[in-house]
Amino acid sequence: MTALARVTAYRPQQRHLPMLATLALLVGAYAYGASQYTAFGSGQVVFNLFINYSWLLVVAVGMTFVILTGGIDLSVGSVVALSTVLSAELLGEQGWPAAAVVVAVLAVGLLLGTGMGALIHYFEIQPFIATLVGLFFARGLCLTISTEAPSIDDGFFTVIAQTQIPLPGDSHVSISVLIALAVVAVAGYLLHHTRFGRTVYAVGGSEQSAVLMGLKVARTKVSVYALSGFCSALGGLLLVFYKLSGDPLSAIGTELDAIAAVVIGGTILSGGSGYVLGTVLGVLVLGMIQTLIDFDGTLSSWWTKIVIGGLLFAFIVLQRLIARR
Amino acid sequence: MTDPRAILEMTGIRKEFPGVVALDGVDFRMFPGEVHALMGENGAGKSTLIKTLTGVHGIDAGTIVLGGEPVAFGEPSQAQHAGVSTVYQEVNLLPNLSVAENIFIGREPRRFGRIDWSAMRRRAEVLLAGLDLHLDVSADLGTQSIAVRQMVAIARALDVSARVLVLDEPTSSLDAGEVERLLKVVRTLRDEGMAVLFVSHFIDQVFAVADRMTVLRNGKLVGEYRIEDITPVDLVTKMIGKELEALEDIEEATHRHSGGEVFLRTEGLSRKGAIAPFSLEIRSGEVVGLAGLLGSGRTELARLLFGADHADGGTLRIDGDPVAMRTPRSGMAHRIAYCSEDRKTEGLVGELTVRENIVLALQAARGWTRPLSRRRQDELAARYIDALDIRPAAPEALVQDLSGGNQQKVLLARWLITEPRLLILDEPTRGIDIGAKTEIQRLVAKLSDDGVAVLFISAELEEVLRLSHRVVVLRDREVVAQKDNESLTPDEIMAVIAEGSGT
Repeated sequence: MTALARVTAYRPQQRHLPMLATLALLVGAYAYGASQYTAFGSGQVVFNLFINYSWLLVVAVGMTFVILTGGIDLSVGSVVALSTVLSAELLGEQGWPAAAVVVAVLAVGLLLGTGMGALIHYFEIQPFIATLVGLFFARGLCLTISTEAPSIDDGFFTVIAQTQIPLPGDSHVSISVLIALAVVAVAGYLLHHTRFGRTVYAVGGSEQSAVLMGLKVARTKVSVYALSGFCSALGGLLLVFYKLSGDPLSAIGTELDAIAAVVIGGTILSGGSGYVLGTVLGVLVLGMIQTLIDFDGTLSSWWTKIVIGGLLFAFIVLQRLIARR
Repeated sequence: MTDPRAILEMTGIRKEFPGVVALDGVDFRMFPGEVHALMGENGAGKSTLIKTLTGVHGIDAGTIVLGGEPVAFGEPSQAQHAGVSTVYQEVNLLPNLSVAENIFIGREPRRFGRIDWSAMRRRAEVLLAGLDLHLDVSADLGTQSIAVRQMVAIARALDVSARVLVLDEPTSSLDAGEVERLLKVVRTLRDEGMAVLFVSHFIDQVFAVADRMTVLRNGKLVGEYRIEDITPVDLVTKMIGKELEALEDIEEATHRHSGGEVFLRTEGLSRKGAIAPFSLEIRSGEVVGLAGLLGSGRTELARLLFGADHADGGTLRIDGDPVAMRTPRSGMAHRIAYCSEDRKTEGLVGELTVRENIVLALQAARGWTRPLSRRRQDELAARYIDALDIRPAAPEALVQDLSGGNQQKVLLARWLITEPRLLILDEPTRGIDIGAKTEIQRLVAKLSDDGVAVLFISAELEEVLRLSHRVVVLRDREVVAQKDNESLTPDEIMAVIAEGSGT
């Protein structure tokens, strides 16, 4: 077969279609931006997407695991905010060393996630309700700790926040970007090369079948919420690196952005099908829309929400159509 | 009575669900190198027994001995580790994963904790080749046919080096060729020394493949038989629980039907998974009996006619005009009444009074904008309480306090006041005493004389034969025969149910 024939004979697998659509959308949006604004064409615009949204990316990766099992995690925004507030409080008021703060924040996220997972699995409470509890609980905790948004001047945090890693072409990324990409890589490995990951897909495909096949469903279900809690806490830390403050009212509505990114990235809300790479594309699409609207300058930033709404609608319909064939 | 050769011995198994004893002192054993069939009607406890064996349900009493060791399975994975592999009725696999993964998930070959995908695909190909199946194992299972999925499920069960293989209704969605292939695989496995538990509604398949069978009825053990010691008719008799001798002396009723106008006619009416396409005519004043084992599609057929389920194929004509019967409301609009099999949950409202229950359907048919006056309600209630001899004759008594037979009469009254042209009675006499039973039978005969068509569903063959002008026999969700009831005997019907040979 000639190379050309091979290319023309290529038929994407059906389950890859939503992800390919997202990729096409991303490339299209970028090409449009580059054609309208000269500054848009520089590579730094893309790198800035990663810099600005690395925290959301990490949160969305955790959400991907949850949605793959057919669940949902509404608590992520509150856990992100809690992480920022906890960081500021422990570093400032309590004077903890930076490393201890990082460990403590991650542990809290993991613990909250595990708690919600246990609630969902052992008490058979719908994920929506259990994580709604988490949403209120964590947000309330934020405001109990602090109603202000103190800035952070810890040396370690400042260094991580301000270090720029130079890239060819006069571009740069932040350390947070590397952390986020590492999380993506680990998540991809977990999902596709470990039993845990395959069980995540199995539970999303049919929980009842997974039980009857003798898979470790209980452990897996609790684990995905624990993982999501951990990712939210890590996302919170990345947000601290980005903003250098701990705001109890930050990341409101992040859970919805994360869910939107996962769905636009081609993961099916009912579970069992989707890729972490799709989630990366989903987050980039959200960022790209925001950037385009920023560049335009005349549109209010609420247009971002409108476009996201339209995209979500389009992708959900697309998934329906694919599933029906 | 312990037989050392038995690989599995379950003794005195008891399992209760809230309000129901699903298994009551059931003994069951299996031998290596034998295919053992587990037989019984729906609800006899087959599935429950299998689930206690495979660890889905715990047991409330009894012992399970596997390979000489007493075992207690708390969950399916424990049973699998012990060597009991199961292929469930609804193939429990994961359509979103590949064929190879479905065989190996949970036991994937790994290198340094990482799943070894190429080794997995190779082993899957080898395993499936052993079942004479050659396909792309990395394709999604969801794209494969039901037959292939079945084989994949068996391949999965085999890979755990099972000692006991449980096949729960493996052939229910396969065509004849696929069934033959599956039975061949079952025989091969048996010859290799596996103990195979084979559950099927298809009596001919059971006789084709099984060496031994255990019959359950109402959660109790009826007996264990070698296949050469039992005939299909015997088997059906044991499953239904009526001795043929007891059925011999039914009265020869006169079943001459004058033949009114055709009220309802179906052509190829069907609903996927519920009933195969069937064609049926019901005339005014005719009593049509539906015979068949529980789960043979009797209720499903009736629900299509009434619109409780909507058909996905074929046509339904009433008085010659095609009708789309999509909801019970359309059934009622065409004056079809349906007395449900399950009077507690689908029919009567126990917390309401007899009067309220009786007028319910009529009120529903009129619509809430035209309420029945209280006087009219009292009148109707009084008339039907009297006509059907409902006891106590108290229109304001709560229905839940009435006996089963009287509840059934209230349900009948409810439909009778809507003056139906076709009355569907689904197991109207189950669980009621002989007196009430006779009254209901007499009522059916009277309705028929008045020109009402009746579709009569009952597990009791003699009852169906006594009342019906025509008998429709169902087997495995398919209408297999329609016979005019000139001088039909239960034997003939049983033979049809057992073999499905006569038309």
